[in-house]
Amino acid sequence: MTLTDIIERCQALYDDLDFGYVDEWKARNPEGKAVGYLPTYVPRELIWAAGCLPVGIVGGGDQLEIVKGDACFQSYICHLPRSVVELGLSGRLDALDGMLFPATCDVIRNLSGIWKLYFPDKYVKYFDVPHNYDSRIGGEFYEDHLHEILAELEQLGGRKVSDDELRAAIRLYNENRRLAGEVYELRAKEPWRVPATDCYLLVRAGLILSPDEHCAMLREYLELVKLEDRPLRDNARVLVVGAFCEQPPLDLVRALEFAGCYVVEDDFLLINRWLGDTVDATGEPIHALSEAYLKTPAETSSRYVDDDGRKGRYLVDLVRKSGAEGVVFAAPSFCDPALLDRPMLQAALDAAGIGHTAFKYSENTGQLQPIREQAGTFADTIKLWGTA
Amino acid sequence: MSTKVVKEESMVKQKEMIADHFKKLARAKEEGKKVVYTFVPGNLTELLLAFDCLTVHPEINALQSGMRKKSGEYIAEAERAGHSEDVCTYVKCDIGMLMKGNIGPTGEQLPEPDLLLLSYTGCYTFMKWFELLRERYDCPTVMLQVPYQGDGEITPKMVEYVSRQLREVLVPKLEEITGKQLDEARLQELLASSARSEENLVHVLESAKNRPSPIDAYFGGVYYIGPLFTAFRGTPAAEEYYRMAAEEVDQRVALGLGPVTPEGQLENERFRLVTEGPPNWTHFREFWKMFYDAGAVVVASTYTKVGGTYDRGFRHDPSRPFETLAEYCLGCYTNLNLPDRVNMIADYVRDYHADGFLINSVKSCNSFSAGQLVILRHVEEKCGKPGAFIESDLVDPRYFSPSNIKNRLESYFQMLAQRKGQKVTA
Repeated sequence: MTLTDIIERCQALYDDLDFGYVDEWKARNPEGKAVGYLPTYVPRELIWAAGCLPVGIVGGGDQLEIVKGDACFQSYICHLPRSVVELGLSGRLDALDGMLFPATCDVIRNLSGIWKLYFPDKYVKYFDVPHNYDSRIGGEFYEDHLHEILAELEQLGGRKVSDDELRAAIRLYNENRRLAGEVYELRAKEPWRVPATDCYLLVRAGLILSPDEHCAMLREYLELVKLEDRPLRDNARVLVVGAFCEQPPLDLVRALEFAGCYVVEDDFLLINRWLGDTVDATGEPIHALSEAYLKTPAETSSRYVDDDGRKGRYLVDLVRKSGAEGVVFAAPSFCDPALLDRPMLQAALDAAGIGHTAFKYSENTGQLQPIREQAGTFADTIKLWGTA
Repeated sequence: MSTKVVKEESMVKQKEMIADHFKKLARAKEEGKKVVYTFVPGNLTELLLAFDCLTVHPEINALQSGMRKKSGEYIAEAERAGHSEDVCTYVKCDIGMLMKGNIGPTGEQLPEPDLLLLSYTGCYTFMKWFELLRERYDCPTVMLQVPYQGDGEITPKMVEYVSRQLREVLVPKLEEITGKQLDEARLQELLASSARSEENLVHVLESAKNRPSPIDAYFGGVYYIGPLFTAFRGTPAAEEYYRMAAEEVDQRVALGLGPVTPEGQLENERFRLVTEGPPNWTHFREFWKMFYDAGAVVVASTYTKVGGTYDRGFRHDPSRPFETLAEYCLGCYTNLNLPDRVNMIADYVRDYHADGFLINSVKSCNSFSAGQLVILRHVEEKCGKPGAFIESDLVDPRYFSPSNIKNRLESYFQMLAQRKGQKVTA
């Protein structure tokens, strides 16, 4: 395999809106089920341990014609739910035996109800997460919720799941996140070596590939990419934030690079980054997953930030850690979480003297020229004056 | 439109209660009263009253600004400060009002909060709203997470989670802020009072099953829910208000009278409707008049359940104070899943003998709006009655288009008239 082969494989998975890999995986695993999930976070360890393939559903991108989905949502609702409904009603998600809808926002929350109405024979679950981070209170609620979901997945998979199987799944996903983390770290350190589109496609492949197969792919990429000699450009280093749910089209990510930005950090696909690689794989597994969630320093707009004056500090720290020179706020139109958060995050960046720019997109945005010009101006500003 | 607004005695009483509350708020700091900002869905008024706290509800501030034609300038102020045009206008109206001096409906400045009680019930935006507000106030915030009824039921684990947050997080914080210990006996008295008011509220709402309906359960309904959904649950004033309202309604039923509207009493009930979604506040009277002119009366609405689904049998139970508060929060309308909302609307159409149902989809509120087109189709299938769909906003005057809405309503009413075999009037 060459680097090109790996990225082409990822691109093929990205382009396949029929999710053919799921059928292939099921053919190889006749007893296995497939469970879809929406952004931003679900504990994939439970799904995998129950003998099911976790499949991340992040919309239809810019290659899907929306007909039925548009009939379900008003013009002022973001684009993601309409393309997800389109995928569902057009039969493209038939291979999925269930769907998890995480507590990301009211739209995804209500989409769980739409799914119950449209697909009454499928397993459909709203996945709640705690906003009280005390292990005794929020943790207890969350552990109960995880136990409930595990029991439902056991029913779906037709077998009980042992603690050892859960621990094995935790180890596997720890390794998966560690490897993805290595790719991100390498990109932050040497962004010319890992283009943003490569990084995106590699991580995106992990939304559908089985975790062991994805780990193998990441290992191979990391080995090969270090041998690759790619030219260093005089780009500005930026962090992209706000795109954690509805995904920008790949051409938009590419446009940022063409405009002179190295994307050294982003929040495109948080599922791979949420818990880090430190979920305890030795103790009681549900408790370990709960504790990892409660104690994770990771923040995104759908997660409540405790009342201790640290709103935005995580973003500022991420800027420092990644060596970004400025922040690009890229939010989907009508995205409540990202857009309501934005003024607070911008204020935190202002206080830290970090420059930023902002635009909106939808997953099928076709007019990229204004965004390219804006990103180019932002990059030039950083390069010319050292600050945006 | 007549300039003289017709009002019932209970409405006058409620106006006095609200005026008195705002006077108390204006004097709060000098009288050493603690002020808690919190939300209508999942409000914990009895618990806050047990600590002698006064409450401010930001979404009530926003809707009052809408009715007073102030919301447009407040929203513009917030957008100039960097808030996106795409997000909830309640939030922007509230922030704009704060930036303009936080002047309440009585012309006096609202006091700053001593606590932001983030009752996270059925609306994601609430979380961001108070994260935004706390940047501007020097006071603590308590997050009370109310799990969503994803599977259409309230489980014992959910009740336990909410009641533990109340006992172990909120009460200690209230004790710290007020310097008072919780008097559980007093809390129980307040809850018992609430249950009495709730009984009368349900009596008023269910009176709409009569023909003609003596109330309008949407436009008029917002007045009936006012005291119980805001600062007055558990108070003698609320009990008195609901006694008065129930008596007025009983009288009208006995006399065969229709609802009182700002234009006068509705004399000829032609259409009976169920509504889903909040009303528009910037053109509230104009919107209501479109129904009045057509002889349409709303006999049941989901909006009047955002602060509690009492007509489904819930009453505050003083014998289990924390659990009952938890169950109350969990049961609020926007915390119900979509299949349950479909069932509720279809049940209303059947039980209230409605001719159809209308969805007013507001741009600001994804909690309500996301999925309403699917609700429309499923309710139609379930109850066999036609639905109509209009779009507006809560408090952004830019999103209320009177002629479009009137056209749609008139077409809908004409269709209903044809189905009923009535003469069609333009």
